[in-house]
Amino acid sequence: MKVRIKFRKYGVMKFIGHLDMMRYFQKAMRRADIDICYSEGFSPHQIMSFAAPLGVGITSDGEYLDIEVHSSKSSKESMAALNQTMVPGVEISGYVRLPDSAKTAMSIVAAADYVLSYKEGYPVMHTRTEWEALLQEVFFEQPSFVIMKKTKKSEKEIDLKPLIYDLKVQGTEEQPEFYIKLSTGSTDNIKPELLLSSIYAAAGLEYDANAIQIHRNDVYAEEDGTFISLLDMGEEILNS
Amino acid sequence: MAKLALSDEILMQIEKPARYIGNELNSIVKDKNTIDIRVAMVFPDVYDIGMSHLGIQILYDMFNRREDTWCERVYSPWPDLHAIMKEKKIPLFGLESQEPIKNFDFIAMTLQYEMCYTNVLQILDLAQTPLLASERGEDDPIVIGGGPCTYNPEPIADFFDFFYIGEGETQYDALFDMYKQMKNDGASRKEILHAIAKIEGMYVPSLYEVSYKEDGTIAAFTPKYEDIPKTIKKQIVMDLTTSVYPEKPIVPFIKVTQDRVVLEIQRGCIRGCRFCQAGMIYRPNREKDVERLKDLAYKMLKSTGHEEISLSSLSSSDYSQLEELVTFLIDEFHGKGVNISLPSLRIDAFSLDVMGKVQDIKKSSLTFAPEAGSQRLRDVINKGLTKEVILNGAGQAFEGGWNKVKLYFMLGLPTETEEDMKAIPELANDIAALYYETVPKEQRNGKCQITISTSFFVPKPFTPFQWAGMQTPDEYLRRAKIVNDTVKAQLNHKSIRYNWHEADVTVLEGVLARGDRRLSKAILYVYEHGGFFDAWSEFFDYSKWIEAFEACGIDTDFYTMRNRPDDEIFPWDFIDAGVTKEFMLREWHNAQNEKVTPNCRMRCSGCGAKQFNGGVCFEGQN
Repeated sequence: MKVRIKFRKYGVMKFIGHLDMMRYFQKAMRRADIDICYSEGFSPHQIMSFAAPLGVGITSDGEYLDIEVHSSKSSKESMAALNQTMVPGVEISGYVRLPDSAKTAMSIVAAADYVLSYKEGYPVMHTRTEWEALLQEVFFEQPSFVIMKKTKKSEKEIDLKPLIYDLKVQGTEEQPEFYIKLSTGSTDNIKPELLLSSIYAAAGLEYDANAIQIHRNDVYAEEDGTFISLLDMGEEILNS
Repeated sequence: MAKLALSDEILMQIEKPARYIGNELNSIVKDKNTIDIRVAMVFPDVYDIGMSHLGIQILYDMFNRREDTWCERVYSPWPDLHAIMKEKKIPLFGLESQEPIKNFDFIAMTLQYEMCYTNVLQILDLAQTPLLASERGEDDPIVIGGGPCTYNPEPIADFFDFFYIGEGETQYDALFDMYKQMKNDGASRKEILHAIAKIEGMYVPSLYEVSYKEDGTIAAFTPKYEDIPKTIKKQIVMDLTTSVYPEKPIVPFIKVTQDRVVLEIQRGCIRGCRFCQAGMIYRPNREKDVERLKDLAYKMLKSTGHEEISLSSLSSSDYSQLEELVTFLIDEFHGKGVNISLPSLRIDAFSLDVMGKVQDIKKSSLTFAPEAGSQRLRDVINKGLTKEVILNGAGQAFEGGWNKVKLYFMLGLPTETEEDMKAIPELANDIAALYYETVPKEQRNGKCQITISTSFFVPKPFTPFQWAGMQTPDEYLRRAKIVNDTVKAQLNHKSIRYNWHEADVTVLEGVLARGDRRLSKAILYVYEHGGFFDAWSEFFDYSKWIEAFEACGIDTDFYTMRNRPDDEIFPWDFIDAGVTKEFMLREWHNAQNEKVTPNCRMRCSGCGAKQFNGGVCFEGQN
């Protein structure tokens, strides 16, 4: 049986990298007595995969891992068992059964949305109204928004505009923050700080990565032209 | 979640920030307003190493069972963070509360190897606590040292307020109770330390005086006050079965060296190898009952979710209920996603059978530690492993499908000759030849691979070899070269690989292991000139140490090169480790006569450990 688990990652846990989160969940599955499937061989490993790895320093309300289990208690009971053994800063918020034909979360991720806010003690540069005007000028009113994207091997020009699905300023006038929904996944993986730092550059501002807290809201797949949350692709397990 | 001591900006620029944030599963956070005693438990090396240490986990668990005490962990900040903390004057903090440890009651450090001594100073320095005990005041924490290195605490005596000699399980409760009472009564630091010195096993160096003879050896070691004990008796827990053990060990986020459940099956060793300090200071051998171990295995796997369980002890094959325990672990947990990691066992039918069940034979290797190449030298060191036993074990293993063998030896053992050195590759060659004889060509999984590793022998206090002299670094390397050249001359040299240890570190370990109080200033000099993380070859700088010894007027040959006379007073003689100096001297003479001493189960050799009234000394005598 395929199961998708959604979790939050916040507080000091943002400093725990992706590989260590995988190890953390492998141990958590055992502690919570999840009847997870193992591979064959001398060092069997759990059948588990993560949706879209989160960078160190980023918090999230929408992290996902898919597992395969022999049997499962109800969603409610399983979530309670897992939450019983979480550390502060990790919280299970969803546990659903996927259709047997479901592809792994990793392979279907199409978009993710983020809130980028200013950390305490760092200047916000502009008020919310000023930022809105700036975005109009440097982004929305431009026919394209071409940046240089560095890959391991080379640099290439890329137009971000068609890959940004939503961009707005929110928060208060004095403490503005940015909401960004953009293309994520194996084909066009755009990181939100790439967009924000490019906007800073276009506006002639110096971007300080230390000033910005990035928070992921959720991760989405695309179905018939609309984005749906990865959790909504499964169904709650009602009975054990 | 505590507010972190380090800013996001700092944590984002250093390696492995998870080393410094605490919050691990099973770590203990208390309300500091309900606490009387705050303890920083320090392993003076990086988190990844220190988190794997069992002793700290036992004491962490034990201290935190007290409602009035909060014990937190501290590890050495890696050099990247060290530089930032120095520059920004950030005080070293406990992982759990993220608060400065300079405000704690105690800073307790475990000293597992001599090369961590400069890291001791790093901890005190970053904690913003005076490095010298004599300069600490009423508001500074009391700095405690524990662990195997305290069997000669003298080289680091200036940095510690007191040392706890022996196993931590026995005296800390009494000590904390007394501290709390005295503190409430308004006692001074001096008064508290004086009172601590009267608890059995506690050594307060500032309360003792050392005088030296003209030749530099010790003339006398005497307490400054009449009510302070002349000898310090090692502390030891006699009933390991009921003694405290962490049922919910901390589970680190990052991969550490021991990323598994560790079951301590016994303490002490019956063997009596003459070079081995652990084999002497942990006497008598005491076992933990197998039923308790089974129960612990369940509880610890459940509370951690670890995917691996391993056994910890000296000479695990001597644990009397090993077969029952290992069979239980395999039946109970193997095949449920839990790996059983076996300690290096004596190679016989039983161990090969269990190894075959839990390891991939093609990938795993057999381990032998003959320690010396020739039978003559093995008799000198009292290592009761014969060539026949090794070849017999290897032969059985080859028949079972293994083709990798690791061999561990020491070079520079007392009385070593060129023949002894050459015997090392010759033994490896014989094992390789046996493989090609035993396994028909069509059944071979490639060549057999024999790896020889040699370390250089360092004489340690409380061993029969504590009287032995060492060699110069050049001489050590010459001996390694003899081994290397002999490897190349062997018929099966293509199946043999040889690694050897660095020689400079060996000599320094020798100085620090058997040195006296006069070394403290050299260690301080090295730290103050930027030397630390000496246990890491990428940071170890031998030239700094040479400079320090010169600047402090210390002749290291005095500590390393002399064969010490039988009647010399050693810096550590004031410690009563149970095993007597008479026994060790007898063993030192037996070594020179190439005379083997039987193990504790074969015959009692009267080492002195019987005074503890238990363990192997009383086996089968209820």
